[in-house]
Amino acid sequence: MSALSFLSREDALSARLLRGIASSPKALFGGIICLILLLTAVLGPLLTPQNPYDLAVLDILDAKLPPGSQSMDGLTYWLGTDGQGRDMLSAMIYGLRTSLGVGLFSGIVALIVGTVLGLIAAYYGGRIDALIMRVVDLMLGLPTILVALMLLALLGQGLWKVVFALVLVQWATFARAVRSAALVEKNKDYIEAAVTLGISTPRILLGHLLPNCLPPLIVIGMLQVANAISAEATLSFLGIGLPITQPSLGLLIANGYQVLMSGEYWISVYPGLLLLTLVFSINITGDRCREILNPRLGER
Amino acid sequence: MSVFVIRRLMQSIAVLVVTALIVFLGVYAIGDPIEMLISHDASPAERAQVILSLGLDRPLWQQFFTFCWNALHGDLGRSFVFNKPTITLIFERLPATLELTLTGLVFALALGIPLGLISGLKPNSVTDEAIMTGSILGFSLPGFWQGMMLIMIFSVWLGWLPSTGRGEMGSFLGIHSSLFTLDGLKHLILPAINLSLFKLSLVIRLTRTGVRETMPLDFVKFARAKGISERRIVFVHVLKNILIPLITVIGMELGSMLAFAVVTETIFAWPGIGKLLIDSIMRLDRPVVVAYLLVIVSLFILINFAVDILYSLIDPRVRLGDQS
Repeated sequence: MSALSFLSREDALSARLLRGIASSPKALFGGIICLILLLTAVLGPLLTPQNPYDLAVLDILDAKLPPGSQSMDGLTYWLGTDGQGRDMLSAMIYGLRTSLGVGLFSGIVALIVGTVLGLIAAYYGGRIDALIMRVVDLMLGLPTILVALMLLALLGQGLWKVVFALVLVQWATFARAVRSAALVEKNKDYIEAAVTLGISTPRILLGHLLPNCLPPLIVIGMLQVANAISAEATLSFLGIGLPITQPSLGLLIANGYQVLMSGEYWISVYPGLLLLTLVFSINITGDRCREILNPRLGER
Repeated sequence: MSVFVIRRLMQSIAVLVVTALIVFLGVYAIGDPIEMLISHDASPAERAQVILSLGLDRPLWQQFFTFCWNALHGDLGRSFVFNKPTITLIFERLPATLELTLTGLVFALALGIPLGLISGLKPNSVTDEAIMTGSILGFSLPGFWQGMMLIMIFSVWLGWLPSTGRGEMGSFLGIHSSLFTLDGLKHLILPAINLSLFKLSLVIRLTRTGVRETMPLDFVKFARAKGISERRIVFVHVLKNILIPLITVIGMELGSMLAFAVVTETIFAWPGIGKLLIDSIMRLDRPVVVAYLLVIVSLFILINFAVDILYSLIDPRVRLGDQS
């Protein structure tokens, strides 16, 4: 600990988080899986045996082959093929890219929107605070799936509409967390000093207040990304999320639903397992981080 | 108390008005209401009649009032597909959804509270660790996929339970429900499990946190000092205190389960309002979509309101805190 004491507070916290994750085998495992999946998604096209959306390489004769089958040209379909003769493994890696991309992007936008509004509410207080928090309460009171359903039922499906719906249901969680962290921070001496020095309000908010509210945000951000991925998959499964041209894991599973009864289990089971692994590993790591940051329940 | 009730009532009404406004704007301002609310094969005379009755030829704010006025009188338009008032359609399907949701809730509570107690009474033990990991797994399982796996295992592979529909319905005390026949119960099991798993995880976590926060309190120590048996302390005194936060969350979750039933009903072809919504979206039957949204939000607000009142009855601190 003494070796770390010269580090600033945030560094000590991130070090604490890392040490916390490393000390729990469960969380460490989750964290490693997260990293592997992230890498897979980033490197996607380089890893897949075929480009699942290049119609030239698809062969309809290869449709619905069970896992481990050989194609005509010697390629092995380790996880089988779907109704169009697409290699499931490749389709899943592409699906992972879409799912993670949508989840991360909407999570980050929600984080930015929520943070700005939360900081404003905490810093100015009074009417602005009351107004923002009223909206936050309203949003947090309505279930995610209901709000997303409402929006997409009225707007129709589409990538940006899904992102919009996900941001709309998530920003309030961030806003509330930032506000409560900022309320504690804003009465500290350094903020008063900054005000006395005549530093502009945006700079105080972003340069001084925000860095000190960051740690809880990172944890909430992780859990929210997991939620967003799940929510997107659910909406896509229902047919009101992503369009068929941008197949996420949810859409792959929906394809498998059509043939579930006839025993072609691999079309829905494997993408589902991948989705589960993704969400589970993020949640398990995030959960550990929350434990570390919430001393009320005691560190183990 | 009455101040509290009135204030909550005002808040509920405000939320309802905001929702109505959003739905209204979604239909009338963003899209073309004539396109959305009038069937494509309607005759020009019918079109003119609908335009007149909805006031589509008047300014937007007047349209909003017409919309609210009609909604207050239970007139939420007619379905193109069924050619029936949408509100009738929804109330026909509502019992199926309620039956499913309530059964799911009972499942979640009957399993979740005991598991949470076990977990919370022996924190950091192997059992606790297993239950908590299980509950994170429950949180992470995508509901729709989990339902498909249930169908695959129990219907396709094992052939034990039916996978779709509501089954035969029985009647008891004038209520028609699948709960009263063996066939109906068989049909209900899988959808109810599907809907309850996510909530089960939540109930486990809430109960566990509650136990861990309540056990070190003075009144528990005092009860022990008085020589009350550990069993009585846990099941009477501690449980009573845990129930307070549990009731609030359950109330809120009941609303979210009603919404999430959309997913369960789609997978299991359960003839409730959720399936009606998805079918209507696919068939572009907009009046049903609008009516569904208004009904589900009203239900949700009603439940929340009831829970808040219940909450303040159980825990006097809420009421007093609010008045001061």
